[in-house]
Amino acid sequence: MANQPAAGLRARMARWPVTAPPTLYLVLFFLVPTLIMVLASIQYPGEFGGLSPILIEDQGHTRLDITLENYQRAVSETIYLQLFLKSLWYAIVTTVLCLVLAYPLSMMIARSNKKYRDLLLLLVILPFWSNFLIRIYAWMIILGPQAALAKGVNAALGAVGMEPVSLLFSPFAVIVGLVYVHLPFMILPLYANLEKHDPTLLDAAQDLGANAWQRFWKVTFPLSLPGVYAGAALVFIPALGAFAVPDLLGGTDAIMIGNVIKEQFREARDWPFGAALSFVLMAVALLAALAAAWAGKRYQQQAD
Amino acid sequence: MAGATRSNSATRVSRPLLGLSLAVYLFLYIPLIVVIVYSFNASRVQSGEWGGFTLDWYNKLLHNETLLNATLNSLIIGVAAAAIATVLGTLAGLALHRYKLRLLPVLVLAPVAIPEILQAVSLVLFFNAINLTLGMVSIILSHVAFCISFVAIVVRSRLQGMDESLTEAARDLGATPWQAFRMVTLPLIMPGIIAGALMAFTLSIDDFVITFFTSGPDAATLPLQIYSMIKVVVTPEVNAVSTLLMLLTLILIIIANKIAPSALQAK
Repeated sequence: MANQPAAGLRARMARWPVTAPPTLYLVLFFLVPTLIMVLASIQYPGEFGGLSPILIEDQGHTRLDITLENYQRAVSETIYLQLFLKSLWYAIVTTVLCLVLAYPLSMMIARSNKKYRDLLLLLVILPFWSNFLIRIYAWMIILGPQAALAKGVNAALGAVGMEPVSLLFSPFAVIVGLVYVHLPFMILPLYANLEKHDPTLLDAAQDLGANAWQRFWKVTFPLSLPGVYAGAALVFIPALGAFAVPDLLGGTDAIMIGNVIKEQFREARDWPFGAALSFVLMAVALLAALAAAWAGKRYQQQAD
Repeated sequence: MAGATRSNSATRVSRPLLGLSLAVYLFLYIPLIVVIVYSFNASRVQSGEWGGFTLDWYNKLLHNETLLNATLNSLIIGVAAAAIATVLGTLAGLALHRYKLRLLPVLVLAPVAIPEILQAVSLVLFFNAINLTLGMVSIILSHVAFCISFVAIVVRSRLQGMDESLTEAARDLGATPWQAFRMVTLPLIMPGIIAGALMAFTLSIDDFVITFFTSGPDAATLPLQIYSMIKVVVTPEVNAVSTLLMLLTLILIIIANKIAPSALQAK
Protein backbone atom coordinates (compact mmCIF):
# COMPACT_ATOMS: atom_id res chain seq x y z
CA MET A 1 0.00 0.00 0.00
CA ALA A 2 2.62 2.49 1.12
CA ASN A 3 4.62 1.83 -2.04
CA GLN A 4 1.87 3.08 -4.28
CA PRO A 5 2.61 6.66 -5.27
CA ALA A 6 -0.91 7.87 -4.44
CA ALA A 7 -0.78 6.41 -0.93
CA GLY A 8 2.70 7.88 -0.41
CA LEU A 9 1.44 11.27 -1.42
CA ARG A 10 -1.54 10.95 0.88
CA ALA A 11 0.69 9.99 3.80
CA ARG A 12 2.82 13.02 3.04
CA MET A 13 -0.26 15.26 2.93
CA ALA A 14 -1.43 13.82 6.27
CA ARG A 15 1.84 14.96 7.82
CA TRP A 16 1.36 18.57 6.95
CA PRO A 17 -1.14 19.63 9.64
CA VAL A 18 1.24 18.16 12.22
CA THR A 19 4.65 19.22 10.96
CA ALA A 20 3.93 22.53 9.23
CA PRO A 21 2.76 24.80 12.10
CA PRO A 22 5.72 24.24 14.46
CA THR A 23 8.18 24.19 11.56
CA LEU A 24 6.87 27.46 10.15
CA TYR A 25 6.89 29.13 13.56
CA LEU A 26 10.45 28.10 14.33
CA VAL A 27 11.66 29.02 10.85
CA LEU A 28 10.12 32.47 11.25
CA PHE A 29 11.11 33.13 14.87
CA PHE A 30 14.33 31.19 15.20
CA LEU A 31 15.98 30.39 11.88
CA VAL A 32 15.26 33.68 10.09
CA PRO A 33 16.32 35.81 13.12
CA THR A 34 19.56 33.81 13.38
CA LEU A 35 20.26 34.41 9.69
CA ILE A 36 19.49 38.11 10.13
CA MET A 37 22.02 38.18 12.96
CA VAL A 38 24.67 36.64 10.71
CA LEU A 39 23.81 39.17 8.00
CA ALA A 40 23.87 42.07 10.47
CA SER A 41 27.39 41.14 11.48
CA ILE A 42 28.68 42.13 8.04
CA GLN A 43 26.64 45.35 7.79
CA TYR A 44 27.58 48.89 8.78
CA PRO A 45 25.92 50.51 11.80
CA GLY A 46 23.14 52.98 11.04
CA GLU A 47 23.63 56.67 11.66
CA PHE A 48 21.38 56.67 14.73
CA GLY A 49 21.95 53.12 15.86
CA GLY A 50 20.43 50.08 14.20
CA LEU A 51 21.72 48.99 10.83
CA SER A 52 22.61 50.89 7.70
CA PRO A 53 20.84 49.52 4.62
CA ILE A 54 22.53 46.56 2.97
CA LEU A 55 21.89 47.88 -0.55
CA ILE A 56 22.81 51.47 -1.31
CA GLU A 57 22.42 53.72 -4.35
CA ASP A 58 25.85 54.73 -5.56
CA GLN A 59 26.04 56.98 -8.65
CA GLY A 60 22.93 55.45 -10.14
CA HIS A 61 24.03 51.89 -9.38
CA THR A 62 22.72 49.75 -6.59
CA ARG A 63 25.51 48.02 -4.74
CA LEU A 64 25.97 45.79 -1.72
CA ASP A 65 27.30 47.72 1.24
CA ILE A 66 28.86 45.06 3.40
CA THR A 67 32.06 44.79 5.41
CA LEU A 68 34.25 42.47 7.45
CA GLU A 69 35.34 45.36 9.69
CA ASN A 70 33.27 44.10 12.64
CA TYR A 71 35.12 40.80 12.69
CA GLN A 72 38.46 42.54 12.19
CA ARG A 73 37.68 44.67 15.21
CA ALA A 74 36.63 41.65 17.27
CA VAL A 75 39.96 39.90 16.69
CA SER A 76 42.35 42.83 16.44
CA GLU A 77 41.37 44.78 19.54
CA THR A 78 42.99 42.79 22.33
CA ILE A 79 40.30 43.76 24.85
CA TYR A 80 37.74 41.59 23.05
CA LEU A 81 40.11 38.68 22.67
CA GLN A 82 40.91 38.90 26.37
CA LEU A 83 37.20 39.00 27.16
CA PHE A 84 36.60 35.87 25.12
CA LEU A 85 39.48 34.10 26.83
CA LYS A 86 38.21 35.21 30.23
CA SER A 87 34.67 34.01 29.43
CA LEU A 88 36.09 30.68 28.25
CA TRP A 89 38.10 30.42 31.46
CA TYR A 90 35.08 31.17 33.66
CA ALA A 91 32.97 28.66 31.74
CA ILE A 92 35.66 25.94 32.07
CA VAL A 93 36.12 26.55 35.81
CA THR A 94 32.34 26.51 36.25
CA THR A 95 32.05 23.22 34.35
CA VAL A 96 34.79 21.56 36.41
CA LEU A 97 33.34 22.77 39.71
CA CYS A 98 29.86 21.63 38.69
CA LEU A 99 31.27 18.20 37.88
CA VAL A 100 33.05 17.98 41.24
CA LEU A 101 29.91 19.00 43.15
CA ALA A 102 27.47 16.99 41.03
CA TYR A 103 29.35 13.69 41.08
CA PRO A 104 29.00 12.68 44.74
CA LEU A 105 25.37 13.79 44.81
CA SER A 106 24.43 11.95 41.61
CA MET A 107 26.26 8.84 42.81
CA MET A 108 24.52 9.00 46.19
CA ILE A 109 21.08 9.29 44.54
CA ALA A 110 21.84 6.50 42.05
CA ARG A 111 22.87 4.17 44.88
CA SER A 112 20.00 5.03 47.18
CA ASN A 113 16.98 2.89 47.74
CA LYS A 114 14.72 3.03 44.67
CA LYS A 115 11.90 4.36 46.86
CA TYR A 116 13.73 7.58 47.66
CA ARG A 117 15.44 8.30 44.32
CA ASP A 118 12.60 10.33 42.83
CA LEU A 119 12.29 12.43 45.96
CA LEU A 120 16.05 13.04 46.19
CA LEU A 121 16.08 14.07 42.53
CA LEU A 122 13.10 16.35 42.99
CA LEU A 123 15.00 18.06 45.81
CA VAL A 124 17.76 18.84 43.29
CA ILE A 125 15.36 20.28 40.73
CA LEU A 126 13.21 22.24 43.19
CA PRO A 127 15.53 25.24 43.78
CA PHE A 128 16.17 25.32 40.05
CA TRP A 129 12.49 26.08 39.44
CA SER A 130 12.58 29.22 41.55
CA ASN A 131 13.12 32.46 39.66
CA PHE A 132 16.52 32.75 38.00
CA LEU A 133 17.16 36.32 39.22
CA ILE A 134 16.20 35.40 42.77
CA ARG A 135 18.80 32.67 42.78
CA ILE A 136 21.42 35.21 41.74
CA TYR A 137 20.09 37.79 44.18
CA ALA A 138 20.41 35.31 47.06
CA TRP A 139 24.16 35.29 46.44
CA MET A 140 24.22 39.09 46.41
CA ILE A 141 22.96 38.91 50.00
CA ILE A 142 25.29 36.11 51.08
CA LEU A 143 28.42 37.60 49.51
CA GLY A 144 27.49 41.22 50.28
CA PRO A 145 29.95 43.38 52.25
CA GLN A 146 27.63 43.57 55.27
CA ALA A 147 26.93 39.85 55.45
CA ALA A 148 28.56 37.57 58.00
CA LEU A 149 30.62 35.72 55.39
CA ALA A 150 32.46 38.79 54.10
CA LYS A 151 32.96 40.10 57.64
CA GLY A 152 34.37 36.77 58.76
CA VAL A 153 36.71 36.46 55.80
CA ASN A 154 37.96 40.01 56.21
CA ALA A 155 38.44 39.60 59.96
CA ALA A 156 40.56 36.52 59.23
CA LEU A 157 42.51 38.38 56.55
CA GLY A 158 42.98 41.32 58.93
CA ALA A 159 44.31 39.01 61.62
CA VAL A 160 47.14 37.91 59.33
CA GLY A 161 47.74 41.51 58.23
CA MET A 162 46.17 41.37 54.77
CA GLU A 163 43.98 43.91 53.02
CA PRO A 164 40.22 43.31 53.18
CA VAL A 165 38.66 41.94 50.00
CA SER A 166 35.26 42.29 48.41
CA LEU A 167 33.55 38.95 47.86
CA LEU A 168 30.70 40.44 45.85
CA PHE A 169 31.52 42.06 42.48
CA SER A 170 34.49 39.79 41.89
CA PRO A 171 35.39 36.87 39.61
CA PHE A 172 34.84 34.64 42.65
CA ALA A 173 31.22 35.82 42.94
CA VAL A 174 30.64 35.25 39.20
CA ILE A 175 31.96 31.67 39.40
CA VAL A 176 29.87 30.91 42.49
CA GLY A 177 26.76 32.28 40.74
CA LEU A 178 27.47 30.39 37.51
CA VAL A 179 28.00 27.13 39.40
CA TYR A 180 24.84 27.67 41.41
CA VAL A 181 22.50 28.32 38.48
CA HIS A 182 23.95 25.55 36.28
CA LEU A 183 24.52 22.73 38.78
CA PRO A 184 21.28 20.81 38.02
CA PHE A 185 22.26 20.61 34.33
CA MET A 186 25.24 18.51 35.44
CA ILE A 187 23.45 16.46 38.09
CA LEU A 188 20.58 15.27 35.87
CA PRO A 189 22.56 13.67 32.98
CA LEU A 190 25.14 12.28 35.42
CA TYR A 191 22.43 10.67 37.51
CA ALA A 192 20.68 9.32 34.40
CA ASN A 193 23.95 7.59 33.49
CA LEU A 194 25.01 6.38 36.95
CA GLU A 195 21.57 4.97 37.63
CA LYS A 196 22.01 2.47 34.78
CA HIS A 197 25.34 1.06 36.04
CA ASP A 198 25.33 -2.63 36.86
CA PRO A 199 26.26 -2.98 40.56
CA THR A 200 27.71 -6.46 39.99
CA LEU A 201 30.65 -4.83 38.15
CA LEU A 202 31.69 -3.17 41.41
CA ASP A 203 31.28 -6.47 43.23
CA ALA A 204 33.54 -8.13 40.69
CA ALA A 205 36.12 -5.37 41.09
CA GLN A 206 35.98 -5.78 44.86
CA ASP A 207 36.37 -9.55 44.60
CA LEU A 208 39.43 -8.95 42.45
CA GLY A 209 40.91 -6.85 45.22
CA ALA A 210 40.19 -3.29 44.07
CA ASN A 211 39.80 -0.78 46.91
CA ALA A 212 37.08 1.87 46.98
CA TRP A 213 39.16 4.45 45.13
CA GLN A 214 40.23 1.97 42.42
CA ARG A 215 36.64 0.83 42.01
CA PHE A 216 35.62 4.39 41.40
CA TRP A 217 38.48 5.38 39.14
CA LYS A 218 38.67 2.17 37.06
CA VAL A 219 35.00 1.17 36.89
CA THR A 220 32.45 3.85 37.79
CA PHE A 221 34.14 6.91 36.30
CA PRO A 222 35.00 5.49 32.84
CA LEU A 223 31.46 4.13 32.53
CA SER A 224 29.99 7.51 33.45
CA LEU A 225 31.85 9.42 30.71
CA PRO A 226 28.80 9.82 28.42
CA GLY A 227 26.96 11.48 31.33
CA VAL A 228 29.99 13.67 32.03
CA TYR A 229 30.17 14.81 28.39
CA ALA A 230 26.46 15.61 28.25
CA GLY A 231 26.53 17.47 31.56
CA ALA A 232 29.69 19.36 30.59
CA ALA A 233 28.06 20.60 27.37
CA LEU A 234 24.85 21.58 29.19
CA VAL A 235 26.84 23.65 31.71
CA PHE A 236 29.65 25.01 29.55
CA ILE A 237 27.50 26.43 26.73
CA PRO A 238 25.07 28.55 28.77
CA ALA A 239 27.86 29.55 31.19
CA LEU A 240 29.94 30.82 28.27
CA GLY A 241 27.12 33.08 27.09
CA ALA A 242 26.06 34.16 30.59
CA PHE A 243 24.92 37.72 30.90
CA ALA A 244 22.76 38.16 34.02
CA VAL A 245 25.18 36.47 36.45
CA PRO A 246 28.24 38.61 35.63
CA ASP A 247 25.98 41.65 35.28
CA LEU A 248 24.72 41.31 38.86
CA LEU A 249 27.57 39.53 40.68
CA GLY A 250 30.63 40.64 38.71
CA GLY A 251 32.42 43.91 39.16
CA THR A 252 33.94 45.97 36.41
CA ASP A 253 36.77 43.47 36.00
CA ALA A 254 34.54 40.39 36.06
CA ILE A 255 32.43 41.06 32.97
CA MET A 256 31.96 38.41 30.31
CA ILE A 257 31.33 38.41 26.58
CA GLY A 258 27.55 38.42 27.17
CA ASN A 259 27.84 41.78 28.91
CA VAL A 260 29.71 43.29 25.97
CA ILE A 261 27.11 42.00 23.52
CA LYS A 262 24.36 43.54 25.64
CA GLU A 263 26.34 46.81 25.74
CA GLN A 264 26.56 46.92 21.94
CA PHE A 265 22.80 46.47 21.63
CA ARG A 266 21.75 48.74 24.48
CA GLU A 267 24.22 51.51 25.35
CA ALA A 268 26.71 51.66 22.46
CA ARG A 269 24.05 50.95 19.82
CA ASP A 270 26.60 49.33 17.53
CA TRP A 271 24.40 46.45 16.38
CA PRO A 272 26.69 45.07 13.65
CA PHE A 273 29.60 44.77 16.07
CA GLY A 274 27.30 43.17 18.66
CA ALA A 275 26.10 40.75 15.97
CA ALA A 276 29.70 39.88 15.04
CA LEU A 277 30.54 39.14 18.68
CA SER A 278 27.34 37.06 18.91
CA PHE A 279 28.33 35.09 15.83
CA VAL A 280 31.74 34.28 17.33
CA LEU A 281 30.02 33.20 20.54
CA MET A 282 27.62 31.03 18.56
CA ALA A 283 30.50 29.41 16.68
CA VAL A 284 32.30 28.56 19.95
CA ALA A 285 29.06 27.22 21.50
CA LEU A 286 28.36 25.03 18.46
CA LEU A 287 31.96 23.76 18.49
CA ALA A 288 31.54 22.81 22.15
CA ALA A 289 28.26 21.02 21.37
CA LEU A 290 29.89 19.15 18.46
CA ALA A 291 32.87 18.21 20.63
CA ALA A 292 30.56 16.75 23.27
CA ALA A 293 28.58 14.84 20.64
CA TRP A 294 31.80 13.57 19.05
CA ALA A 295 33.22 12.44 22.41
CA GLY A 296 29.96 10.63 23.17
CA LYS A 297 30.01 8.90 19.80
CA ARG A 298 33.64 7.87 20.15
CA TYR A 299 32.83 6.39 23.54
CA GLN A 300 29.99 4.39 21.97
CA GLN A 301 32.29 3.03 19.26
CA GLN A 302 34.91 1.99 21.81
CA ALA A 303 32.23 0.29 23.86
CA ASP A 304 30.96 -1.69 20.86
CA MET B 1 22.91 -14.50 50.68
CA ALA B 2 26.64 -13.94 51.06
CA GLY B 3 26.67 -12.39 47.61
CA ALA B 4 23.92 -9.97 48.60
CA THR B 5 25.87 -8.76 51.64
CA ARG B 6 28.98 -8.24 49.55
CA SER B 7 27.06 -6.31 46.94
CA ASN B 8 25.96 -4.00 49.73
CA SER B 9 29.49 -3.19 50.75
CA ALA B 10 30.67 -2.32 47.23
CA THR B 11 27.67 -0.26 46.12
CA ARG B 12 26.50 1.07 49.46
CA VAL B 13 26.31 4.82 50.04
CA SER B 14 29.42 5.40 52.13
CA ARG B 15 29.65 7.95 54.89
CA PRO B 16 31.92 10.43 53.06
CA LEU B 17 29.64 10.20 50.03
CA LEU B 18 26.63 10.97 52.20
CA GLY B 19 28.44 13.90 53.83
CA LEU B 20 29.44 15.40 50.48
CA SER B 21 25.91 15.00 49.13
CA LEU B 22 24.46 16.71 52.16
CA ALA B 23 26.89 19.59 51.66
CA VAL B 24 25.73 19.98 48.04
CA TYR B 25 22.08 19.97 49.12
CA LEU B 26 22.92 22.71 51.62
CA PHE B 27 24.65 24.68 48.86
CA LEU B 28 21.46 24.39 46.82
CA TYR B 29 19.07 25.39 49.59
CA ILE B 30 20.85 27.85 51.91
CA PRO B 31 20.62 30.80 49.45
CA LEU B 32 16.86 30.36 49.06
CA ILE B 33 16.35 29.96 52.81
CA VAL B 34 18.30 33.20 53.36
CA VAL B 35 15.93 35.04 51.01
CA ILE B 36 12.83 33.62 52.72
CA VAL B 37 14.12 34.46 56.21
CA TYR B 38 15.05 38.01 55.16
CA SER B 39 11.55 38.57 53.81
CA PHE B 40 10.31 38.49 57.43
CA ASN B 41 13.20 40.52 58.83
CA ALA B 42 12.24 43.99 60.10
CA SER B 43 15.80 45.29 59.72
CA ARG B 44 16.16 47.38 56.60
CA VAL B 45 19.87 46.77 56.21
CA GLN B 46 20.62 43.24 55.02
CA SER B 47 23.50 42.71 57.39
CA GLY B 48 22.55 39.39 58.88
CA GLU B 49 21.14 41.12 61.91
CA TRP B 50 17.67 40.10 62.99
CA GLY B 51 15.49 43.16 63.56
CA GLY B 52 12.43 41.23 64.61
CA PHE B 53 9.62 39.52 62.71
CA THR B 54 7.54 41.62 60.33
CA LEU B 55 5.07 41.29 57.48
CA ASP B 56 5.72 44.91 56.42
CA TRP B 57 7.50 43.96 53.20
CA TYR B 58 4.55 41.85 52.11
CA ASN B 59 2.20 44.68 53.00
CA LYS B 60 4.30 47.13 50.96
CA LEU B 61 4.05 44.81 47.94
CA LEU B 62 0.28 45.09 47.89
CA HIS B 63 0.61 48.85 47.43
CA ASN B 64 3.43 48.77 44.88
CA GLU B 65 1.60 49.69 41.65
CA THR B 66 4.57 49.13 39.32
CA LEU B 67 5.19 45.70 40.72
CA LEU B 68 1.53 44.70 40.53
CA ASN B 69 1.37 45.90 36.92
CA ALA B 70 4.50 43.96 36.07
CA THR B 71 2.98 40.86 37.67
CA LEU B 72 -0.16 41.27 35.59
CA ASN B 73 1.96 41.65 32.43
CA SER B 74 3.91 38.52 33.33
CA LEU B 75 0.72 36.54 33.87
CA ILE B 76 -0.79 37.68 30.54
CA ILE B 77 2.44 36.87 28.69
CA GLY B 78 2.82 33.56 30.52
CA VAL B 79 -0.70 32.37 29.74
CA ALA B 80 -0.60 33.50 26.10
CA ALA B 81 2.89 32.11 25.43
CA ALA B 82 2.12 28.83 27.20
CA ALA B 83 -1.14 28.39 25.26
CA ILE B 84 0.46 28.93 21.84
CA ALA B 85 3.62 27.00 22.70
CA THR B 86 1.60 24.07 24.01
CA VAL B 87 -0.30 23.67 20.73
CA LEU B 88 2.79 24.09 18.55
CA GLY B 89 5.02 22.09 20.91
CA THR B 90 2.57 19.18 21.05
CA LEU B 91 2.46 19.10 17.24
CA ALA B 92 6.25 19.23 17.15
CA GLY B 93 6.49 16.41 19.70
CA LEU B 94 4.11 14.29 17.61
CA ALA B 95 6.01 15.08 14.42
CA LEU B 96 9.36 14.20 15.99
CA HIS B 97 7.99 10.94 17.31
CA ARG B 98 6.18 9.80 14.16
CA TYR B 99 8.22 10.97 11.20
CA LYS B 100 11.84 10.99 10.17
CA LEU B 101 12.36 14.69 9.59
CA ARG B 102 15.48 16.70 8.91
CA LEU B 103 14.66 20.35 9.59
CA LEU B 104 12.31 20.19 12.59
CA PRO B 105 14.62 18.28 14.99
CA VAL B 106 17.31 20.90 14.42
CA LEU B 107 14.83 23.75 14.92
CA VAL B 108 13.54 22.19 18.14
CA LEU B 109 16.92 21.36 19.69
CA ALA B 110 19.07 24.31 18.55
CA PRO B 111 17.34 26.96 20.73
CA VAL B 112 18.06 24.80 23.78
CA ALA B 113 21.67 24.23 22.72
CA ILE B 114 22.84 27.81 22.18
CA PRO B 115 23.28 30.52 24.84
CA GLU B 116 20.03 32.37 25.47
CA ILE B 117 21.53 35.77 24.74
CA LEU B 118 22.03 34.78 21.09
CA GLN B 119 18.34 34.06 20.65
CA ALA B 120 17.56 37.37 22.36
CA VAL B 121 19.86 39.38 20.11
CA SER B 122 18.69 37.74 16.90
CA LEU B 123 15.04 38.34 17.82
CA VAL B 124 15.73 42.03 18.43
CA LEU B 125 17.31 42.28 14.99
CA PHE B 126 14.37 40.40 13.49
CA PHE B 127 11.70 42.59 15.11
CA ASN B 128 13.64 45.62 13.94
CA ALA B 129 13.75 44.22 10.41
CA ILE B 130 9.98 43.66 10.27
CA ASN B 131 9.31 46.98 12.03
CA LEU B 132 7.47 45.49 14.97
CA THR B 133 7.45 47.83 17.96
CA LEU B 134 8.88 46.07 21.00
CA GLY B 135 6.27 45.39 23.67
CA MET B 136 3.89 42.70 24.87
CA VAL B 137 3.49 41.16 21.39
CA SER B 138 7.20 40.84 20.73
CA ILE B 139 7.72 39.31 24.19
CA ILE B 140 4.97 36.72 23.65
CA LEU B 141 6.29 35.80 20.18
CA SER B 142 9.79 35.37 21.63
CA HIS B 143 8.64 33.32 24.60
CA VAL B 144 6.70 30.97 22.33
CA ALA B 145 9.87 30.48 20.27
CA PHE B 146 11.86 29.11 23.21
CA CYS B 147 8.96 27.31 24.97
CA ILE B 148 8.06 25.13 21.93
CA SER B 149 11.25 23.10 22.37
CA PHE B 150 10.54 22.23 25.99
CA VAL B 151 6.91 21.26 25.34
CA ALA B 152 8.00 19.17 22.33
CA ILE B 153 10.64 17.32 24.37
CA VAL B 154 8.20 16.51 27.19
CA VAL B 155 5.42 15.40 24.80
CA ARG B 156 7.80 13.27 22.77
CA SER B 157 9.10 11.52 25.89
CA ARG B 158 5.49 10.80 26.83
CA LEU B 159 4.83 9.36 23.34
CA GLN B 160 7.92 7.17 23.59
CA GLY B 161 6.45 5.53 26.67
CA MET B 162 3.13 4.96 24.90
CA ASP B 163 1.88 1.86 23.19
CA GLU B 164 1.62 2.90 19.54
CA SER B 165 -0.48 -0.18 18.71
CA LEU B 166 -3.45 1.47 20.44
CA THR B 167 -3.60 4.16 17.77
CA GLU B 168 -3.14 1.53 15.05
CA ALA B 169 -5.96 -0.53 16.56
CA ALA B 170 -8.24 2.51 16.43
CA ARG B 171 -7.34 3.01 12.75
CA ASP B 172 -7.98 -0.67 12.01
CA LEU B 173 -11.40 -0.33 13.61
CA GLY B 174 -12.20 2.39 11.10
CA ALA B 175 -11.33 5.59 12.91
CA THR B 176 -10.12 8.47 10.73
CA PRO B 177 -6.62 9.77 11.59
CA TRP B 178 -8.25 12.72 13.37
CA GLN B 179 -10.61 10.47 15.35
CA ALA B 180 -7.76 8.16 16.32
CA PHE B 181 -5.77 11.17 17.49
CA ARG B 182 -8.58 12.87 19.40
CA MET B 183 -10.00 9.76 21.05
CA VAL B 184 -6.91 7.62 21.63
CA THR B 185 -3.59 9.43 21.33
CA LEU B 186 -4.62 12.76 22.85
CA PRO B 187 -6.08 11.39 26.10
CA LEU B 188 -3.00 9.19 26.53
CA ILE B 189 -0.50 12.01 26.09
CA MET B 190 -2.61 14.57 27.99
CA PRO B 191 -0.50 14.37 31.17
CA GLY B 192 2.58 15.16 29.07
CA ILE B 193 0.81 18.07 27.40
CA ILE B 194 -0.30 19.53 30.74
CA ALA B 195 3.17 19.12 32.21
CA GLY B 196 4.59 20.79 29.08
CA ALA B 197 2.10 23.65 29.39
CA LEU B 198 2.99 24.21 33.05
CA MET B 199 6.67 24.11 32.16
CA ALA B 200 6.14 26.66 29.37
CA PHE B 201 4.21 28.92 31.75
CA THR B 202 6.96 28.69 34.38
CA LEU B 203 9.72 29.32 31.84
CA SER B 204 7.86 32.34 30.48
CA ILE B 205 7.13 33.83 33.93
CA ASP B 206 10.76 33.21 34.87
CA ASP B 207 12.49 34.46 31.75
CA PHE B 208 14.83 37.39 32.11
CA VAL B 209 17.45 37.43 29.35
CA ILE B 210 15.18 37.20 26.29
CA THR B 211 12.56 39.49 27.85
CA PHE B 212 15.24 42.04 28.74
CA PHE B 213 16.08 42.42 25.06
CA THR B 214 12.67 42.04 23.44
CA SER B 215 10.62 44.26 25.77
CA GLY B 216 9.79 47.83 24.96
CA PRO B 217 9.77 50.75 27.39
CA ASP B 218 6.20 50.17 28.58
CA ALA B 219 6.01 46.41 28.93
CA ALA B 220 7.83 45.59 32.15
CA THR B 221 7.50 42.02 33.38
CA LEU B 222 8.05 40.78 36.92
CA PRO B 223 11.63 39.57 36.31
CA LEU B 224 12.48 42.92 34.68
CA GLN B 225 11.06 44.68 37.72
CA ILE B 226 13.00 42.41 40.06
CA TYR B 227 16.13 43.14 38.03
CA SER B 228 15.73 46.87 38.50
CA MET B 229 15.03 46.31 42.20
CA ILE B 230 18.28 44.41 42.76
CA LYS B 231 20.49 46.18 40.21
CA VAL B 232 20.44 49.66 41.72
CA VAL B 233 19.27 49.83 45.33
CA VAL B 234 18.07 46.67 46.99
CA THR B 235 14.89 47.10 49.03
CA PRO B 236 13.81 44.23 51.29
CA GLU B 237 10.53 44.10 49.37
CA VAL B 238 12.34 42.01 46.80
CA ASN B 239 12.72 39.24 49.41
CA ALA B 240 8.96 39.19 49.84
CA VAL B 241 8.32 39.01 46.06
CA SER B 242 10.88 36.23 45.80
CA THR B 243 9.27 34.24 48.59
CA LEU B 244 5.83 34.56 47.02
CA LEU B 245 7.22 33.51 43.64
CA MET B 246 8.85 30.46 45.21
CA LEU B 247 5.52 29.57 46.76
CA LEU B 248 3.77 29.91 43.39
CA THR B 249 6.36 27.70 41.69
CA LEU B 250 6.07 25.12 44.45
CA ILE B 251 2.29 24.98 43.97
CA LEU B 252 2.72 24.57 40.19
CA ILE B 253 5.22 21.75 40.72
CA ILE B 254 2.89 19.96 43.12
CA ILE B 255 0.08 20.23 40.57
CA ALA B 256 2.35 19.00 37.76
CA ASN B 257 3.57 16.16 39.94
CA LYS B 258 0.01 15.08 40.70
CA ILE B 259 -0.95 15.11 37.01
CA ALA B 260 2.15 13.66 35.45
CA PRO B 261 4.89 12.49 37.79
CA SER B 262 6.88 10.90 34.98
CA ALA B 263 6.63 13.83 32.58
CA LEU B 264 8.05 16.24 35.13
CA GLN B 265 11.25 14.27 35.36
CA ALA B 266 11.74 14.36 31.62
CA LYS B 267 13.30 17.76 32.13
